[in-house]
Amino acid sequence: MSGLHINAPLVRRILTGFLRDEILKVGARKAVLGLSGGIDSAIVCHLAAEALGPENVHAICMPYKSSNPESEVHARLVAQASGVNFTVIPITPMVDAYFEQFPDADNMRRGNKMARERMTILFDHSALLGALVLGTSNKTELLLGYGTLYGDMASALNPIGDLYKTQVWQLSEEVEVPRPVIEKKPSADLWAGQTDEEELGFTYREVDELLYRMVDQRATPDELAGDGFASAFVSKIYGKVQNSHFKRRLPVIAKVSNRTIDRDFRYSRDWGK
Amino acid sequence: MSDFIAVMAQIKPKLGCVSDNLSLIEQSIRQAVADKADLVIFPELALTGYFLKDLVPEAALSLDSPVMTTLKKLSLEIAVVVGFVEVTPDYQFYNSAAWFEDGQLKHLHRKVYLPTYGLFDEQRYLGRGDRFRAFDTKFGRVGLLICEDMWHLSAPYLLAMDGAVTLVCLSSSPGRGVEGEGLGSAVAWRNLTTAAARFLTCRVLYVNRVGYEDGVAFWGGSHAVDPSGTIVAEAPEFEESLTLVQLRDAGLRRERISSPLLRDESLCVTLRELSRIDRERSC
Repeated sequence: MSGLHINAPLVRRILTGFLRDEILKVGARKAVLGLSGGIDSAIVCHLAAEALGPENVHAICMPYKSSNPESEVHARLVAQASGVNFTVIPITPMVDAYFEQFPDADNMRRGNKMARERMTILFDHSALLGALVLGTSNKTELLLGYGTLYGDMASALNPIGDLYKTQVWQLSEEVEVPRPVIEKKPSADLWAGQTDEEELGFTYREVDELLYRMVDQRATPDELAGDGFASAFVSKIYGKVQNSHFKRRLPVIAKVSNRTIDRDFRYSRDWGK
Repeated sequence: MSDFIAVMAQIKPKLGCVSDNLSLIEQSIRQAVADKADLVIFPELALTGYFLKDLVPEAALSLDSPVMTTLKKLSLEIAVVVGFVEVTPDYQFYNSAAWFEDGQLKHLHRKVYLPTYGLFDEQRYLGRGDRFRAFDTKFGRVGLLICEDMWHLSAPYLLAMDGAVTLVCLSSSPGRGVEGEGLGSAVAWRNLTTAAARFLTCRVLYVNRVGYEDGVAFWGGSHAVDPSGTIVAEAPEFEESLTLVQLRDAGLRRERISSPLLRDESLCVTLRELSRIDRERSC
């Protein structure tokens, strides 16, 4: 059996406990998250509803005019299935107002802007509702850097950041995410017809097997070759992990004092909680 | 020696909040007294929480601190074992466990094996203990271990050779490994405690905490193992609980008669071989 197999009921228990404990202990009761219509945010929505009660979870769907209309349909489906509060806040006016000044902006800039626009809406609702923002990036995306820094990567708590996409699929069966959401092709939905796997150039199943061996099991290049991974694929993925590492860290602080934040000033985030 | 009732107090400490944790501990002690228990055992770093990092000096307690005095007084009613950060008069900091009985500090154990790998970083912040000593209590001779101590075969071995019949292990074990039937760390710990009990024909009382710190889930699952290696009482995983276990001398006697492993254990052979190994390894 692949090491990617998870005991889904056990993971469900740990993750719902995580959401409940980490939210209640900071004095909050509620969570807010962006619901894209995809599987990652769907699973987080279901876990949060179970952990906090659906009345304490606020899901916001934030489509852009080029988003696939099916995404909003799926987001609504997830909100209905999990029973959470649901709002749609289109981001087209804000994003278009900005790019009127930069009409030549490419897809990457536009995609990043949309992701960050959504982030500002979620954190505004965090203040409005007294709710913590839940992250929905999985371990595959986080390791590959396939996300927007300070955009979709921004959150207070992320229940699925230690699960590969393949494991998210397994867990989604356990928590009964609606079928169409499980079965559709993963997409960042930044522009029409985009799919993750096409953009990345490999499938999640392929890359998850490699990442699991490389990261979790610290397999050597020789071992990976023995597993049948092409060396070009291994180098490409190793490069992606390395080059995106800045996205997984706080901004670098130039050290001048004897006690610098995060270097020799070290406290857990749950300090006093 | 006699029969006794122990309570495994599987609590959820708040990180760095000694007075809140003391209240939690006092509450559990009161409950254990009401349940007519003789001994109540709290997890590793129960007074402080686990991932303290730079909070170690702030959360540390000296043996003559008011918190220790409070626990001493409470031990007039029931024996109490608790984990905390100890600060010595010369400002050394240890991950320690104290056994209070009849209003006295009966024994202090400083964790010897400080895990500093993977998600652990104890040696950066804490000093290392330098001994394993069994000691006499109202409930027979006991050996105290703190979490990682138990992963070093020599530690429970030394305590058993020093006459301990009950090994008490305080733990803050993070849950990880979700690929199998059970949680990876829980499976590993149960193997460890049951094997130690069986090898050494000792009871093992394993007390773990629950709650989350920075996304790390402490899995609970505190349990008592009889000297045949059978788990005889078990707390739930991930939930706070006070789990009572009745420990009978008859069980220990029976096991020591049927499996006289300790009688036959040759301290002389062990010592001679260890001395030889030490000689050969030393430069």
